[in-house]
Amino acid sequence: MPRRTGAVVLAAIPLAVLVVFFLYPVAGMLDRGLRPDGHLDLGGVLDVLTRPRVHRVLWFTVWSAGLATALAVLLGVPVAFVLHRLRFRGQGLLRAVVVLPFVLPTVVVGVAFRQLIAQGGLLGGLDLDGTPVAILGALVFFNVGVVVRTVGALWEGLDHRAEEAAAALGATPRQVFTTVTLPALLPGIVSAASVVFLFCSTAFGVVLTLGGLRYANVETEIYLLTTQELDLTSAAALSILQLLVITVLLAGSHRARRGAVPHAHTAAARRPRRGDAGLVLLTAAVVGFLLTPMVSLVVASLRDQGGWSLQHYRDLQGDGEGNALLVTATTGLTHSLLVAVQAASFALLLGVLVAFLVSRRPRSPGAERLRALFDGVFMLPLGVSAVTLGFGFLITLDRPPLDLRTSPLLVPIAQAMVALPLVVRTVAPVLSSIDPRQREAAASLGAGPLRVLRDVDLPLAWRSLLAATGFAFAVSLGEFGATSFLARDDHPTLPVVIFRLISHPGEANFGMATAASVVLAVATTSVMLLVERLRVSSVGAF
Amino acid sequence: MGLEIRDLTVRFGETAAVDDVSLDVPTGAVTAVLGPSGSGKSTLLRVVAGLETPSAGRVSYDGEDLAPVPTHRRGFALMFQDGQLFGHADVGRNVGYPLRLRHRPAGEVRARVDELLDLVGLAGYAERMPATLSGGERQRVALARALAVEPRLLLLDEPLSALDRGLRERLAGDLHDILRAAGTTALLVTHDHEEAFAIADRMVVMRDGAVVQDGSLDEVWSRPADAWAARFLGYASVVSGEAALRLRERVDPGADWTEVALRRSAIRVSEDGPFAATVLAARMTPEQLRLDLDVDGLGPLAGVAETNRSVSVGERVHVSVVTDRLAPLRPADGRSRRTP
Repeated sequence: MPRRTGAVVLAAIPLAVLVVFFLYPVAGMLDRGLRPDGHLDLGGVLDVLTRPRVHRVLWFTVWSAGLATALAVLLGVPVAFVLHRLRFRGQGLLRAVVVLPFVLPTVVVGVAFRQLIAQGGLLGGLDLDGTPVAILGALVFFNVGVVVRTVGALWEGLDHRAEEAAAALGATPRQVFTTVTLPALLPGIVSAASVVFLFCSTAFGVVLTLGGLRYANVETEIYLLTTQELDLTSAAALSILQLLVITVLLAGSHRARRGAVPHAHTAAARRPRRGDAGLVLLTAAVVGFLLTPMVSLVVASLRDQGGWSLQHYRDLQGDGEGNALLVTATTGLTHSLLVAVQAASFALLLGVLVAFLVSRRPRSPGAERLRALFDGVFMLPLGVSAVTLGFGFLITLDRPPLDLRTSPLLVPIAQAMVALPLVVRTVAPVLSSIDPRQREAAASLGAGPLRVLRDVDLPLAWRSLLAATGFAFAVSLGEFGATSFLARDDHPTLPVVIFRLISHPGEANFGMATAASVVLAVATTSVMLLVERLRVSSVGAF
Repeated sequence: MGLEIRDLTVRFGETAAVDDVSLDVPTGAVTAVLGPSGSGKSTLLRVVAGLETPSAGRVSYDGEDLAPVPTHRRGFALMFQDGQLFGHADVGRNVGYPLRLRHRPAGEVRARVDELLDLVGLAGYAERMPATLSGGERQRVALARALAVEPRLLLLDEPLSALDRGLRERLAGDLHDILRAAGTTALLVTHDHEEAFAIADRMVVMRDGAVVQDGSLDEVWSRPADAWAARFLGYASVVSGEAALRLRERVDPGADWTEVALRRSAIRVSEDGPFAATVLAARMTPEQLRLDLDVDGLGPLAGVAETNRSVSVGERVHVSVVTDRLAPLRPADGRSRRTP
């Protein structure tokens, strides 16, 4: 059966890459922790889980992620309605604002929130410095957009004749919402919530920059254990625990997504009415909440010694107060752009292959199970600690035949693995929504498989390919977790530069960090605005 | 020669969608596969198109085994129920698509597209986008596209089912004429016996994945294989057993059939009819009164009366039997699958 052979060969390429550049490093990291002196030491692992400090870390991870998820869903669902079910001028810009935080570099957000709550910042008077409120705020800030996009994409596609039918049968607007709309949205909400919980519980950059020494989650704890205390056994134990929880979450999210009706209709959005005022106000408040740290960051970057100045930006051409950096910040930016181009191309190439394969609908139950498994495996990088991945790269890809320690491709490859699931999630829904009979019609008229791809798939999917490329590029620009391990000091990316700047004392360094953060944010924002213009609703939806 | 299907079985998991089917599609004629949904007729068509892999059996064309030939090299064309036009291309590009695949010169493509659009009655539509067309127009464009490269076999999957009734009847007539004019060999699957009768020359009746009956329209129509086939072909009632013998005695004493299918119009209210009946229900249509009758000695049967005759429920009437409106069923031993 030639068709099946073709699928196996196609599947082998991304699988091989995933094994070598994801599973092998992660496994290597775990192995190092589980067998510290060559033989299995499970006692040591279990021992780690009984330490009070670990309990504190676990408890903080769970409650901060849980609370942030609940807030993101409560705020995100009404905003999804306003941005995806209503129609008004400027909506496109608001949608871009909402999805933006998701691709903002975590360090940038960390810097922005720190600036906001610091003495002299906009919220300086509230004395939030050193409380978990800032961490919570940053987590919600990041993930509201995920809920809006996921639920919004589903909501947009809902056939509203079901709602009209319920209304015609005598349901009040509230009853229509609770009996028809909400059940239809529930798979999307559950799916979004599980992904958001996943992101919150593995958040690295913001917790590291905002948590200081008092607050650590599992991810930052793994970082501390590996880099500061060199306690690999404990790190491995936490990694395994995290991996287990994440696998369960991903499976749950996958199950929830299966119940979601794919974009069947594009229902006509309507203009806002008087009754929508509350929701519109809430949306305005959420947008305000999302914009505040950004605006305050921009303001801070332009203030120097009590006046307006571009000094912090001029400083970017140097290497910081007290030579905090080995190279200039602008070099970091150039390097970031180059790495992002490489990572995005790599992620697109692999992601399109994976999306192509997971969007097929095999008839036999066995092949369908394989397809679902394949789909799930490529979602793993979403949840596996980027720290684990980065450290795994360091300890496994350091000897022949794969000695990549000095290879300039190490960072792009790691970032591509992080961006890969996002590319798949952007492209696969579009490919799945193509009626397979379109391809069959083309084939029956004489088009070979490649020709079918060109004439049927490409015209319908090229926007999503472009959008995925942009998305991957933006994510790569901001990637910090894995890069922080892998980028060499003389070859840092801009997020690494920013982290270095805020870790070094000095007003000028913090000022430079704000300026560099603005530059990075502007770069990712521009890319995301272009992506938003493509109007691909699967971007940032899960 | 044409298309030959031998002992074809297609299984999805445990169930056999197509179960040991053999049939021929002779060149130059239109063959209809008629069956209810779930009878396996669409699966059969997909196997012929190369879109489904058979579990067993052989499909060949002019003696060549088609198993190793992928869909796009079979030289067939498949037209779907809903046309499946490419929404991103205009009508002209849709129709010219198979020609461009074969690298025909642009001038020739243009001329052929115009010729085809003319054939399907849509001259001047080349610039229109599919989304702006009505359902019937879309099906016409799909037909033109399928005919563009003169396929050696045209496969039609319920080509008219998605259309409303009036349009369906008109387009069925057009489809019949267009296929004859182009001399196309075609295999049509449908659940609508009227569509099959309007378009096809030959008919294959399928049920539960197996062929119940096949032959020319007249053969199938005049000798339904069994009571199920007769009802599916549009016969209103089937009479068997004692009642059938009583009926045979009256209308055709020399015959030897034991079971007979009757169209509604076979039983007609008339003052001098040989059977007496009680009216169970009556419904007015523009053409005639449609009746449910309990005919003495024959049991419940469908019948008709002239619209100018008033008939009320419970009334006793006389009915006559119009002999050319009934079809004897094949005797049980003739019902087995045709083996070629």
